[in-house]
Amino acid sequence: MASERHRALESKSFRFTLLTLLTIAVGGLVLLIPPAFLQGTVPPLAGVHPYTALEQEGRDIYVREGCNVCHSQQVRPFKTETDRYGHYSVAGEGIYDRPFLWGSRRTGPDLARVGGKYPDSWHWMHLEDPRRIEPRSNMPAFAFLIATPLDTTLTSRKLAALRTLGAPYSDAEVEGAAASALAEAESVAAALRKDGIALDATEARSEAIAVIAYLQSLGLALKAQPMDTAMLEAR
Amino acid sequence: MATQATARVEYDMDVVRGFAVSALLWGVVGMLAGLLAAAQLAWPEWNWGPYLHFGRVRPVHTNAVIFGFTLGVVFAGSYYGIQRLCRVRMFSDTLSRLNLWGWNAIIVAAAISLLTGHSSGKEYAELEWPIDVAIAVVWVIYAINVFGTLWRRKEQQLYAAIWFWIATIITIAVLHIANSAALPVSWMKSYSAYAGVYDANIQWWYGHNAVGFLLTTPILGLMYYFLPKQAERPIYSHRLSILHFWSLIFIYIWAGPHHLIYSPLPDWAQTFGAAFSIALIFPSWGGMLNGLLTMKGAWHKLRTDPLLKMYVAGLTFYGMATFEGPMMAIKSVNALSHFTNWTIGHVHAGALGWVGMTCFATLYYLIPRLWHTKLWSLRLADAHFWTATLGIVLYITPMWVSGVTQGLMWRATNPDGSLAYTFIETVSAIRIYDVLRFFGGAVFLGGVFLMVINVAQTIRHGSAAIPAEPETKAAPAAALAGGR
Repeated sequence: MASERHRALESKSFRFTLLTLLTIAVGGLVLLIPPAFLQGTVPPLAGVHPYTALEQEGRDIYVREGCNVCHSQQVRPFKTETDRYGHYSVAGEGIYDRPFLWGSRRTGPDLARVGGKYPDSWHWMHLEDPRRIEPRSNMPAFAFLIATPLDTTLTSRKLAALRTLGAPYSDAEVEGAAASALAEAESVAAALRKDGIALDATEARSEAIAVIAYLQSLGLALKAQPMDTAMLEAR
Repeated sequence: MATQATARVEYDMDVVRGFAVSALLWGVVGMLAGLLAAAQLAWPEWNWGPYLHFGRVRPVHTNAVIFGFTLGVVFAGSYYGIQRLCRVRMFSDTLSRLNLWGWNAIIVAAAISLLTGHSSGKEYAELEWPIDVAIAVVWVIYAINVFGTLWRRKEQQLYAAIWFWIATIITIAVLHIANSAALPVSWMKSYSAYAGVYDANIQWWYGHNAVGFLLTTPILGLMYYFLPKQAERPIYSHRLSILHFWSLIFIYIWAGPHHLIYSPLPDWAQTFGAAFSIALIFPSWGGMLNGLLTMKGAWHKLRTDPLLKMYVAGLTFYGMATFEGPMMAIKSVNALSHFTNWTIGHVHAGALGWVGMTCFATLYYLIPRLWHTKLWSLRLADAHFWTATLGIVLYITPMWVSGVTQGLMWRATNPDGSLAYTFIETVSAIRIYDVLRFFGGAVFLGGVFLMVINVAQTIRHGSAAIPAEPETKAAPAAALAGGR
């Protein structure tokens, strides 16, 4: 009987453990191996490029503060979702995203298409005090990002690491990463000042600036693409 | 052999005592963090500066309750059960100490590093690479200690509880190493070895199997050992144990993609994830029934024994959560539930009901025996049971209503097809449920404080030193596995 044979197995700890490993390996291998090959076959999406030095720093701060705990970045192919956020998410747009930031709970709205939706100054004020813009919001205030200068000591090494993992940065981009991040920050600061926001020297190169640069980059490639509405479900 | 069988084995109970106490401590810390996180969602002014806002507090909550509390109880229970089921002392006292202190050092490092903003951004795997390396090392130490003990065992048959702990050790090692692969930039910053869709695929393969192999299999191990002991009945069916063990671990590992339904993950993978998630109800309910039917002939003990009440309620919540999970993996249901508080409610039905209740009962079982005395107050333990049950109901009910409400509002349209609600209107609509959930969590935590008092008093009245009458009552596998 099978039950008898199992009793024999129960007295062999090594065999039992090996069989356990094989049992979990089946599903694991089927789910992990084929998609690893598929990764190379994801069609390159026009307009998707590696993050600039400042955007990448902003993305790292976004991860550090756990923004992805409350904001998803994954638009599902439903009419009500694409009406609210924009083009549904596609595989090709995430090839430089380490880690992926799709999230699991929308305590706040999806941000996959937030780039260009609001002016920089909106984000600045919203980060400083979300309830000044939306009294019903339950988002934490991130005023400390405005008071904290952006640390660029690792920027070059970050881009080098991402290049090792496959992002096509040039030598000049990697070596000049810190300087280009600060230059980019200046242009964001200039846009903020134009909108009437007074910035001191620290604020003009603060972490908030990097976060804004990252947020404004989100979904731009997909915004330029026409959407295949036949893919959408009616819900 | 006869002389060996009667020889007294001195089990290592220091490591069990250490993990029992540290687990309770991390339980309090983790649930306080959870309560703070709940308050922050209901009242945003409860967010403070860089270190104590929701984005950083929430991972402290999940890491402390999963890795500090739950795994602490699993370490305690498995170190206690394995020695008795094998009738030998643990393989190495040194490895046991390294496991205890190494693991607790990891949890301290986790709490500090998460609050200071060091996160990989992957849920339930947020810790940065040096801590991930330390986790792998301590896990291997635990594995060597357990397999060394199995190697030296005096009892031929491996009882079902040990199967579940073996599956835990093997699978968590594989999951943790595969998902944590990253390229370091500095001591506390790294980038995932995977990107985009593939990163999502491997993360939720890990993420759901963390539920499967940290919050299910090792807890089933506790149930298989401690419920029959407390009920003084052998496990209902050996055959059912075999059937549900192998089918559970085979099916679980496929279920991860149900977190990625309607995402850019290839359709076939989503379909596998959904189909295997639905199939998961069978082995899950097999385990639940094997536990509940073990109570046959001992149901009357439920009237007076708060520990059995907790085990039975735990199994019942397990049955509930493993019914709800497969439903939520159905595409059309998932379309409504995904990204909403329904998921949070579902997780907590399992985490508070199944894992929480089973872990509490196991600690109530262990603490008096470890300190050679009686539980200070059975009535207080009974009060804990009712407080916890009330807390769970107060927690999960608002989360269900909140999830369905927000999900329906997101998809509601006007007659002309335009969206009926702005996003912020859906946030306002569920605010009341965030408040109710806070109170549900507070009640549940109140029960834990009753437990802290009970445990502290029990330890105060007991003694860790072995009394005149040594512990010799081995629980050979045959005695527990004597069912059909």
